Amino acid sequence: MQLARVVGTVVSTQKHATFEGAKLLLVQPVTLDDAPRGTALLAVDSVGAGVHEKVLIVMEGRAAGEALGRKGAPVDAAIIGIVDQLDVNE
Amino acid sequence: MQLARVIGDVVVTVKDRSLSGIKLMVLQPLASDGSAAGRTLVAVDAVGAGVGETVFFVRGKEASFPFHPTEVPTDAGIVGIVDHWDIEPAPKATSRAPRVQSRAPRA
Repeated sequence: MQLARVVGTVVSTQKHATFEGAKLLLVQPVTLDDAPRGTALLAVDSVGAGVHEKVLIVMEGRAAGEALGRKGAPVDAAIIGIVDQLDVNE
Repeated sequence: MQLARVIGDVVVTVKDRSLSGIKLMVLQPLASDGSAAGRTLVAVDAVGAGVGETVFFVRGKEASFPFHPTEVPTDAGIVGIVDHWDIEPAPKATSRAPRVQSRAPRA
């Protein structure tokens, strides 16, 4: 799983049928220091996350499909949690 | 999934039989501000996307799911056409950050 920040929303009318009703959010993976890391990606939201929130994402097909709750969904990333607090002892 | 611009298509005559009838498009992945991000790639098309459109695509074996039960040998597939996307910069304490809207041009 990875930490990410929700940065935006995506609107798509023409999409694969398994995406019907699913919320698509643009998320920017971040480091533990909250710095952007890599390119922003699209994730389906199964927890009701909002823009600017820090979230936990999975970037693996099976896990993302289970988060969406649909079999055979062509997804590879999903938001599976909203981060309340992050403590790192290093 | 990732945002991408369809910048071309590929014609392949000799190919795996399960790829017959499937469109292959050339994609340029995009960053959230619409700029090019990373290397171009070829993806199968499950939604009827055209050159010039902004799409989102999935990586990995999930790219073949739209063609179930045919097992298409692919590692990337277009699964949606983007109408538009919004990015909202983090709010600043002093001033209200402007809202950026990107609109996908139609081919």
